[in-house]
Amino acid sequence: MKTATWILVNVLGIALGLGLASGVVLSDDDEGEGGWRQSRLDVAPADNAFYTEECGACHFPYQPGLLPARSWQRLMGGLDDHFGENAELDGADARQLMDYLSTNAADRSSFKRSRGISRSLQQGDTPLRITATRYFKRKHHELSSHMVKDNPKVRSFSNCNLCHTQASRGSYNEHQVKIPGFRYWDD
Amino acid sequence: MNGRTAILAAAVLIMPLSCLAAVVDEQQASYRASGAGPFSAQAGKQLWQQKVVSARDGRPRSCTTCHSSDLRSTGKHARTGKAIEPLSPAVNSERLSSAKKIRKWFKRNCKWTWGRECTAQEKGDLLSFIQSQ
Repeated sequence: MKTATWILVNVLGIALGLGLASGVVLSDDDEGEGGWRQSRLDVAPADNAFYTEECGACHFPYQPGLLPARSWQRLMGGLDDHFGENAELDGADARQLMDYLSTNAADRSSFKRSRGISRSLQQGDTPLRITATRYFKRKHHELSSHMVKDNPKVRSFSNCNLCHTQASRGSYNEHQVKIPGFRYWDD
Repeated sequence: MNGRTAILAAAVLIMPLSCLAAVVDEQQASYRASGAGPFSAQAGKQLWQQKVVSARDGRPRSCTTCHSSDLRSTGKHARTGKAIEPLSPAVNSERLSSAKKIRKWFKRNCKWTWGRECTAQEKGDLLSFIQSQ
């Protein structure tokens, strides 16, 4: 009896321990932040101060890992008409930024969202907007227009950081989303 | 505070203002070299308010569209809604402190607002105006 109890207690103890450990270690990427394990970043943060200053002057500085290099190239080649704005830069600055974008583009990164975006594109697809990629659309298709487009506190999917509270860190985890004006967005 | 400390404090306070003045002077000197001048804040103010109908969307645009008539207030990007720090150097000590930034923003914003680059005269007047706010 005593031996059996001892074995049972140990087996239960190990099972419990394993269960707890695996629950944390093997949790899928949608696991929210918390506990001892930091949530993994979805895309490499924009760690270049020059990029953040120049390309964050008017809008959220989108991480280079959110578009393929060919898209960045197209964007950088048309800064005089950047979605209706003039974002011209002098040659040296433009080259410096293009280098940074290209090196860290989605098709050169192994981060989760970069891979997702890159793989969702057909060969030769050169989207100018992150929001136009199939990956993005798939991830956001459940959202109604009154949460984004017709929401005066958001207005556009291009304003990532207004809902994705950790966007500037490179984290787009859905558990960190707070849509301004909506308490429960994911019913 | 004794005399020496007072002088030191005054010098420290004046420094950023004199740096700004040096940058603006340098820019205006380059405009004069191309035949522009003299420059006036009053002329700059009128340019600031001047509206031009955009060929792109048929709507009027002026500097106030994003920067407001009150340069001490926070502006707002007309498209993205992003807050734009005040342009007044009295309120925002970073303004008018970099020749490179002055050149960059004149190039972009004159083109966006008026559909063309600003002339040397216009730039000089606008700098005088911004400096006075």
